[in-house]
Amino acid sequence: MTTQLTDHTTSVPVTSNQPAGPGPSGRTLRSRIGAAETLRQSLTVAWRNVMQIRHTPEKLLDVILMPAVFLVLFLYVFGGAVAGSTQAYLEVLLPGLVAMMAMFATMSLGTSLCDDIRKGVFDRFRSLPIARSAPLIGSVLGDTVRFCALMAVLTGFGCALGFRFHAAPLDILAAYGLAYLFYLGVCWISVLIGLSVSSPETVQGVSFIWTMPLTFGSSVLLASAATMPGWLQAWARVNPVTDLADSVRGLMLGGPVGLHPLYTLAWTAGIVIVAFPLAMRMYARRV
Amino acid sequence: MTHVIEAESLTKSFGATRALADVSIAAERGQVLALLGPNGAGKTTVVRILSTLLRPDSGRASICGYDVLTQAVQVRQLIALTGQYASVDEELTGTENLLMIGRLLGLSRAEARGRGREMLARFDLSDAAGRAVKTYSGGMRRRLDLAASLLGDPEVLFLDEPTTGLDPRARIDVWGTVKDIVAGGATVLLTTQYLDEADELADQVAVVDHGRVVASGTPAELKTQIGGQSLVVRAADRAMTARVALAVREITGSAPDVRDDTGLVTAPASDPAMLAAVVRRLDDESIAAAELGLRLPSLDEVFLTLTGHAAQDEGDEQTGRAA
Repeated sequence: MTTQLTDHTTSVPVTSNQPAGPGPSGRTLRSRIGAAETLRQSLTVAWRNVMQIRHTPEKLLDVILMPAVFLVLFLYVFGGAVAGSTQAYLEVLLPGLVAMMAMFATMSLGTSLCDDIRKGVFDRFRSLPIARSAPLIGSVLGDTVRFCALMAVLTGFGCALGFRFHAAPLDILAAYGLAYLFYLGVCWISVLIGLSVSSPETVQGVSFIWTMPLTFGSSVLLASAATMPGWLQAWARVNPVTDLADSVRGLMLGGPVGLHPLYTLAWTAGIVIVAFPLAMRMYARRV
Repeated sequence: MTHVIEAESLTKSFGATRALADVSIAAERGQVLALLGPNGAGKTTVVRILSTLLRPDSGRASICGYDVLTQAVQVRQLIALTGQYASVDEELTGTENLLMIGRLLGLSRAEARGRGREMLARFDLSDAAGRAVKTYSGGMRRRLDLAASLLGDPEVLFLDEPTTGLDPRARIDVWGTVKDIVAGGATVLLTTQYLDEADELADQVAVVDHGRVVASGTPAELKTQIGGQSLVVRAADRAMTARVALAVREITGSAPDVRDDTGLVTAPASDPAMLAAVVRRLDDESIAAAELGLRLPSLDEVFLTLTGHAAQDEGDEQTGRAA
């Protein structure tokens, strides 16, 4: 007999005469966990991530240094050649980096998840009467701190170098909001990798392989793909990172955004719809 | 009345490795059931199936009558698990770890805090409450792990090798805790490779080897199952050992096992009256005995007899984790 992996299967008839209701010692046992509870449990797991960062602030070192280093390097290496002046390139680059960082920020999640599973913390979670999805959702939400730190450094440093927004505050907020939603979606791919690979080091290697072509083969560094060879132009056009970068650029600089925000949202939804159930499946099987 | 813990014909393979060939166990309310066996025998796999972490290939299992496969949500409200690897968060403090578990169990922030403080005091961790767990000793970590498990007042507690890697003092501490837990009415399933641990804690022992239960019963039953008692004598004066050995040989009619290092003379005793005979003989010869008595075989001897090999490592129990 083979058994299925999902939680609510109705296989294997049970001879037990106790369905739900009162358990031993007068306990009342629930037979399912509701959405509100799932959210509360997820936030508790997220709180754990936040506390970890509070105890070990070095954990934020990468997200603090990465945007600063990238901004300076790209700006002064490409600025003159690509846009004539660093100042002109900064307008193109900073919104692009928002999109790039939203991608890169997801990578550490898979690594830390893989580590947690190895250490046995997830065994405890899985034997507790909590929603199956809560530890995973919580881990994704807990990483919000890293995303915020990253965006704060990027924006602050960019403004110090001379970047100026040319849009209404609400549009600027929408730009970051869109980047955050996309980031949350992509996190599920990172979760999927963290669950399917057995060592944290491998997770890192695998993450690089799929984030690099998506990130650099887009409009992140160049607003126009005109000088790229045809195949790369085609790739950049269908790449969701291009949609995000163009949306953020338009929203921050007051330019046209077209359908890019819609495409970004559609991609985000698509990623979640595919990756979330897959991650839950892996999670039920793994550990 | 159904058993609190019940498993019937469980089998599980990981690829080509057969972890469980056929395991059936049962424990009644308030009992300590020990799964005794070497590394790789399948003990951890049984625990992982019973605690809803792993699905068996076939067979069924229930906790308090709730099926671990189809009623996992209910089962998780009744159990707690303390694994082989301390499953606490190393980067959080003791207080934060328990606060998190309390919140996950549905307690309010204040309740979780209070309950956590209570548990830390009970497990003698109040002084270390504000320190990150990575600074804890192995024994403290295990105690925090137990505290986390007991926070929700579980009906059934799974302890997977609770004293592996602990120093002797910490081991005795954990034993004391397990006895307290059982006194509180919980049912405990314990896995161990230590025979003295099963002897000390368990009401029922299931000896597991190569994914099968090869024997089960109370520790005393297991000991008698493999045969008679032994007569043990040790002379106060080591120089008398040879004469003691001769006396034992004449009375029991078989060649005794004589340990040169300790002077301990051991021989199978088919008749309890032999003890009295030895006492009289030693008295006649004016030999003072430092140790004299009949004893049941140790679980070490039980294991050897039941499985044909000593209770030692047979590779890694990692199979239980690599699904």
